[in-house]
Amino acid sequence: METTMTESREMSAAGIKMDETQGLTFPRIDCRNIDVFYGDKQAIFDISLPVPDRSVTALIGPSGCGKSTFLRCLNRMNDTIESCKVTGEIIMDGENINDPGMDPVLLRSRVGMVFQKPNPFPKSIYDNIAYGPRIHGLAASREDLDAMVEKSLRRAGLWDEVKDRLTSPANSLSGGQQQRLCIARAIAVRPEVILMDEPCSALDPVATARIEELIDELRKRYCIVIVTHSMQQAARVSQRTAFFHLGELVEMGETDQIFTNPRERRTEDYITGRFG
Amino acid sequence: MSDHIVSAFTDELDKLAADILRMGGIVETMILDACAAVNKNDVDVARDVVARDEQVDKIEADVERQIVSLIARRQPMAHDLRAVFSALKVVGELERIGDLSKNIAKRTQRLDENVGASMRKGIYRMASPVSRQLNMVLDAYATGNASEAKAVWEGDEDIDQHYNSLFREMLTYMIEDPRTIGAGAHMLFMAKNLERIGDHCTNIAEFVYFQATGEYLLSTDRPKTPHLDG
Repeated sequence: METTMTESREMSAAGIKMDETQGLTFPRIDCRNIDVFYGDKQAIFDISLPVPDRSVTALIGPSGCGKSTFLRCLNRMNDTIESCKVTGEIIMDGENINDPGMDPVLLRSRVGMVFQKPNPFPKSIYDNIAYGPRIHGLAASREDLDAMVEKSLRRAGLWDEVKDRLTSPANSLSGGQQQRLCIARAIAVRPEVILMDEPCSALDPVATARIEELIDELRKRYCIVIVTHSMQQAARVSQRTAFFHLGELVEMGETDQIFTNPRERRTEDYITGRFG
Repeated sequence: MSDHIVSAFTDELDKLAADILRMGGIVETMILDACAAVNKNDVDVARDVVARDEQVDKIEADVERQIVSLIARRQPMAHDLRAVFSALKVVGELERIGDLSKNIAKRTQRLDENVGASMRKGIYRMASPVSRQLNMVLDAYATGNASEAKAVWEGDEDIDQHYNSLFREMLTYMIEDPRTIGAGAHMLFMAKNLERIGDHCTNIAEFVYFQATGEYLLSTDRPKTPHLDG
């Protein structure tokens, strides 16, 4: 059975054969005192947030609250914005990912990302998935690569729909299929963490349900962080929810608790639709 | 709490609470009137109480319909979710109180001339603290006051003690004069119904407390008086 890097490490450390559905959870990413600035303007204020493994953490909050900015810190996507400065520590596997010695390309293979709009490469379905394993040298042979493509597409719940047209252009797929293709592309390089930035906002309810079903399946193996504007979606797919407002982390807790009995007034007002 | 951005949502929650309070008011007078009918042997009032139960059932059905619609359309969260859940539970408790009051009223019509004024007074005396419990818990529901709800919850012990003493009193009457046994049996059921109404008030108090705080009051933590019968 193919395993993620996380699992391999855990299994060798513990000397055990791990059952795929074993729901062991521990902080996969530990964010400490994160500040983010765009030029002189501070967008994130001193956020500390442990992100547990093998579960879904949802980030919610009104537009401009900093949740996407925060998400982008987790694989250093903010490096691509010149005026953006991130301070604080983001510890993953004992290393601070903000350390200048950290290779952002390698980091992004460990921390995959799925965006609001599906963004497949203008290539075939096969090549979209094979691209990552190829550039990271993960496949020893063509058979290996074929197996990886199939496994990724199966995990993304797309295999049966595309197995007979792997050479077709990826943009011939429907929006929902394209998004699942992007998820398959992200998991092809065996990441430990998957970041999702409003992955369903451009999809219809049926495609959304398929993605949510997929997220539920993926959380058995990965640490998932999802930004969503739909509180119902956060309630449905996540185990932990963090509420952001004006660049601050107002409250974080079990999803059940956040949506039935939030501790903070601002959280209550937001999730009940009272925010002025 | 401030209003929702969608004002119709606030209106719907307000209407739900108003309907429940209206239903509570009807049920409260049913308890008092049923027991006054016992006291005065007033069959007309008893019949009127029986008739009012239909109105209570209609309000219950209407409130349930509103709740189903509200959940489907608004997907309430946090305090709103607790308010809707609590409304669904409270409406069921009030309906049961209505049934129990109706049952007292029905039995009133079967009491014979062997029932003396002092026997009738026993039931009447118990009605007052029971209806007060309901009144207090409805006030707590209206204002979302958790400590008032808890006071009602703790106050059920008094109702249980009242029931136990009434039970002994009725037994004494029946032992003294076996001709009162038929009526006495009816009155024991009436007393039991009042005691059960007290329990329903306690349940309502638990839902009001949950709605206000998000925390559960556990029945196992409540002081209890041992019952004399099953």
